Amino acid sequence: MNINITIIGQAIAFFIFVVFCMKYVWPPITAALAERKKKIAEGLDAADRAERDLQLAQEKATENMRKGKEEAAAIIEQANKRANQIIDEAKEKALEEANRVKAAKEAELEQEVNQAREALRAQVATLALAGAEKVLEASIDEKAHAQLVEKLAAEL
Amino acid sequence: MASSDTVTSSEYISHHLTNLTFGYHEASESWRFVNTDPSHGEVIMPGDFGFWAIHVDTMLWSVGLGILFLWLFRSVAKKATSGVPGGTQNFIETIIEFVDDNVKGIFHHKNPVIAPLSLTIFVWIFLMNLMDLVPIDWVPYVAAQMGIGYMKIVPTTDPNATLGMAFSVFFLIIYYSIKQKGVSGFLAELSLQPMGKWMIPFNLFLEVVGLLAKPISLALRLFGNMYAGEMIFILIALLPFWAQWVLSVPWAIFHILVITLQAFIFMVLTIVYLAMAHDDH
Repeated sequence: MNINITIIGQAIAFFIFVVFCMKYVWPPITAALAERKKKIAEGLDAADRAERDLQLAQEKATENMRKGKEEAAAIIEQANKRANQIIDEAKEKALEEANRVKAAKEAELEQEVNQAREALRAQVATLALAGAEKVLEASIDEKAHAQLVEKLAAEL
Repeated sequence: MASSDTVTSSEYISHHLTNLTFGYHEASESWRFVNTDPSHGEVIMPGDFGFWAIHVDTMLWSVGLGILFLWLFRSVAKKATSGVPGGTQNFIETIIEFVDDNVKGIFHHKNPVIAPLSLTIFVWIFLMNLMDLVPIDWVPYVAAQMGIGYMKIVPTTDPNATLGMAFSVFFLIIYYSIKQKGVSGFLAELSLQPMGKWMIPFNLFLEVVGLLAKPISLALRLFGNMYAGEMIFILIALLPFWAQWVLSVPWAIFHILVITLQAFIFMVLTIVYLAMAHDDH
């Protein structure tokens, strides 16, 4: 247990170790620690923000969905209305067309009937004239006969 | 080993308490290693040396452990990442944060020296104390086979080591006291309290004793604890080999607490003393 220059040697070694530690050991490690602390703080902050954003987005999505449903319902209703309208219009048009066609056909038919009647009357007159000619042959006054036959035909 | 015929108990104990001293031997006017055993030539007791002698084992082990500490921490510091830390980095960071918390809790001034200083003190002293848990005969036996007669592997059981550190701390206390308060402020602090200016000699005596007691108590507390622990391991080693574990295992487990606690106390008191040096009273 003697005090000797070991004490000075120890002091020198201690001094060198402290200086080395101060220059090359302490700063890099504490810097890394501080940076990690910052990173963690930022990470937590970002997580908070993300959560808030998520909530907002969810609210927005619900709102959009509700709006979409409303719009869809409105569109369907409108479409139904329009469809009914179109059907009604089509019905009306078809009815009109049918009436028109029917009227045209009726008119045509009447005309044909009239024509046929005319033709028939003329033929009957000719036939009756020819018959009377054969029956009466030459003696009868042609004029008086013609008048008679004509009268007959008009009565048909 | 203890109960062998050639070595008595007192020889065994004194052998284990002798440092590998190398120094100027005044009687023979030459540089010699210590030798307490007459069968190994001329006897030179440790006390035969003057101040100009050095404990080679203390120096080698303490510097070696200091380099181990700095190498370990430096290798982590070089790769230190702020991302996910690896196992070693995690371990080192735990120590650094522990020291940093202590410094921040006690020392409230701005001084970039204090925290690295505390870390060095804590880890270095812890490693030196840790050598106490190496079974006490292992390294001296290997050294003896290599022809080295003495080998104390626990530097903190050498008062030179603890005083060397304590006086370095003392130097820092004086340095920061003067830097912080000026020479006159420091002298005023030493002489004008606690009794006022009419009692200057008394105040001075009281304060100087108090100031000198700081490094002495710092050094002797650590030395005393480690020396006593070492002594008990040596005494336990005198028992028959089959009975030693009954005492050495509990003592070693208890000693784990002591070595950590002493390193911690040395560090905390250093921080406290330096904080006091920075404070104005």
